[in-house]
Amino acid sequence: MVAQTPLLQAQDLHKNYGDVEAVRGISFALEPGVCFGLLGPNGAGKTTTIEILEGVLPVSSGEVLYKGAPRGGQFLQEVGIAFQATALQDYLTVRDQLKLFRSFYVDPMPLDELVELCALGELLGRDSRKLSGGQRQRLLLALALVNDPELVFLDEPTTGLDPQARRNVWSLLEGIKARGKTILLSTHYMEEAYRLCDEIAIVDHGRIIAQGSPDQLLAGHFDETVIALPITPDLLPQDLPLDYIETAMGVEIITPDVDSALKALAFAGTPLAGMELRNRTLEDLFLELTGEELRA
Amino acid sequence: MIGRVYALVRARNLEFLRDRSTLGWNILLPVLLVAGLAAVFGGGVRPLFKVGVIGDMDQAREQTRLEFTQYFAGDDFEALREKVGRHQIDALLIPAEGRYYYNPASPKGGVIHRMLEGGAWAGVEEHGAGLRYIDWLLPGILGMNIMFSCLFGVGYVIVRYRKNGYLKRLSVTPVTALDFVLAQIVSRLLLIVVITVAVFMGTNAIFEFPVRGSYLDLFILTVLGCASMVSIGLLVAARIASEELAGGVLNFAAWPMMLLCEVWFSLDGAPQWVHQLALALPLTHLLTGARAIMFDGATLAQLSTQLAALGGIAVVCITLASLSFRWRQA
Repeated sequence: MVAQTPLLQAQDLHKNYGDVEAVRGISFALEPGVCFGLLGPNGAGKTTTIEILEGVLPVSSGEVLYKGAPRGGQFLQEVGIAFQATALQDYLTVRDQLKLFRSFYVDPMPLDELVELCALGELLGRDSRKLSGGQRQRLLLALALVNDPELVFLDEPTTGLDPQARRNVWSLLEGIKARGKTILLSTHYMEEAYRLCDEIAIVDHGRIIAQGSPDQLLAGHFDETVIALPITPDLLPQDLPLDYIETAMGVEIITPDVDSALKALAFAGTPLAGMELRNRTLEDLFLELTGEELRA
Repeated sequence: MIGRVYALVRARNLEFLRDRSTLGWNILLPVLLVAGLAAVFGGGVRPLFKVGVIGDMDQAREQTRLEFTQYFAGDDFEALREKVGRHQIDALLIPAEGRYYYNPASPKGGVIHRMLEGGAWAGVEEHGAGLRYIDWLLPGILGMNIMFSCLFGVGYVIVRYRKNGYLKRLSVTPVTALDFVLAQIVSRLLLIVVITVAVFMGTNAIFEFPVRGSYLDLFILTVLGCASMVSIGLLVAARIASEELAGGVLNFAAWPMMLLCEVWFSLDGAPQWVHQLALALPLTHLLTGARAIMFDGATLAQLSTQLAALGGIAVVCITLASLSFRWRQA
């Protein structure tokens, strides 16, 4: 089988702002049809990396290849971009905005299809300044998809949205994935990365510190289960043969052998009401890798 | 409440003071304006009247003794007489003939006539082919409106687009800087030309302005004038990301045109360098051309200098604006 050329390649990207090194040697390849997530806290270098890849920011050193070559004039015709924050022209309706952006491209997506894909049907006549956060994000997503791009860059597409609106955007993104689009997504929401991404690069202080599919990452680092108990540590038996950590919700016992741990807790008479069992998450992984919490 | 107001005042002051470029312009602009105005209108009391003299200047001063009057020497009798008729100067004195020409339709000309009548000099009415002051003023008012609309309407809006990130969004579409710049020009041209034509037609219905030349020529000249003004607005806004700085720079471009392009009054008698400076400003060429078409029936062929100047300013500024255009804040 012949190896497919990656759609986009970041090769040892560095970006300096004066003495500050925002990106310190980031490399990865984005295969066609994959949703690739850059996961990291605010200030990790995600936006700088994504803007270098989009061509918005010049790189201090390193190289970006699109379809195996430096980005040419066709790049902007073939990609869709949604920034973290975008202002639009005032006094235009959603329909006006979509028509304006469609006019920029040689072969735009049919308007009806775009409207359906992004669930904008009821909003077409509305002044775009009067959209809610979630509605506005759907419009920005539609503007990124207006040219039916092969590759879509989404920089924190759900930041600032309420949980309901966030889930709506996730559903839309899953619809876009189902159309075979390649997506490069940055996020600091672990749940978002886990749900949407086929491959994740965890970014911290301008570097990729771990990379792989969400399940691979978790399997590679964890084979434990978390037993969460909503109790204060003093309610745990003194002679409990298990390590625990104190959390805001109570205590968490991390163990590779759930059966034995539960037996030990029950044997010691520990109150188990409200107990939860869960697998280790990307949030835990980030904490484990960096010693810091992934601020969500 | 006082605490809140104090905190807001302090924060706003810090914002203003730390924006060095804006602060610089806010200091520099009034200084330059004062210096410029002093250079143009300085030299003691500002004269009320402007009077041309053909012949012996001393004799003219001695015999007429007009107060608050700027006497200036000239030699082209027909041209100066025409200026009297067009309210560009208030009177023309010919000492050798003991004659003065004044326009009875001009308030200032009327005052000079009152001061001189009954003396040794004979007054000659010059009606300037029926021109009223409002006729002379109309192109100035419309030209000034064009200038402000083009400079601020284009310059400010682009700076706001850059500041709020809209230009950054456009920069990642296939839209080029030249596409964007041309779109701004065409949009503003359409708007301002339609507004100018509408205002002209509306006021013309009331005042019945004289237009001896071709309306089409007047229209073409107006379009070219607008293009040159828009291009200056674009050039100013090509890189700036602060609305306050843009305001300062645009004012810096607008005020010389307000004062030196014969919007309100003629520059006769002003120093030669002022005339030279005025020739570098597009509004001068627009107004000179418009008045020549309206009052003299001039054709575009006769206005080649003005058309070339306006076209040249537009081409140079659009080229520089496109080359130096910046999509996002540095």
